[in-house]
Amino acid sequence: MRVLLFGRLSDVAGWRERAFDPPPASLAALKALIVAEDAALGAAIGGPGVQTAVDRAIVRGDAHLAVDAEVAFLPPMSGG
Amino acid sequence: MTEPFEPGVELARFCAGRSETGAVASFVGIARGERGAATALELQAYPGFTEVEIGRMADAAAQRFSLDDVLVIHRHGAIAPGEPIVMVATASAHRREAFEACDYLMDYLKSRAPFWKKEHGPQGARWVEPTARDLDDLSRWE
Repeated sequence: MRVLLFGRLSDVAGWRERAFDPPPASLAALKALIVAEDAALGAAIGGPGVQTAVDRAIVRGDAHLAVDAEVAFLPPMSGG
Repeated sequence: MTEPFEPGVELARFCAGRSETGAVASFVGIARGERGAATALELQAYPGFTEVEIGRMADAAAQRFSLDDVLVIHRHGAIAPGEPIVMVATASAHRREAFEACDYLMDYLKSRAPFWKKEHGPQGARWVEPTARDLDDLSRWE
């Protein structure tokens, strides 16, 4: 399971892409893991306007995660 | 795409072979230097997501304005002042639809396209979010 961070989120975390092994089974479990590891990043991904994509589709609320899922946290998009 | 592009070449290619189209409108956006305050622009895209979303916007514009064809080119990565960032061209039977569709697509691209923009300047780098004016421009179409 891979996690991708975009925009200011990667500056907060100090990484852009990371593999999680063992993979959390749900989005809620992944977020809880991130909050426990890095409180600043946990707060940032829960901040206003931050969307979550699973396998490149926007997801609202919780979702099951396959072992090879790609999760992306997307802060407000700036446009081009 | 990350490489610079040549708007004239793209427009000539888009116009070629259209005996029934009648009207092509185009717009090119160029990175501003802000009188030295911006030394480079960095646009971050999400490959596999950004193109799909832009394709959806282009399809919506084609449907809404009954276009024959639409072209959207958007760069990402590092862009220097003076370089083209974005190009839109719209083809339709009559000019009004071509102009309006071009304007509409640019308003969407400037406010909703999935990019994250960082401006690099002498004062350091900062992430930029859509301006109030970008959002106002978008609300014209609702």
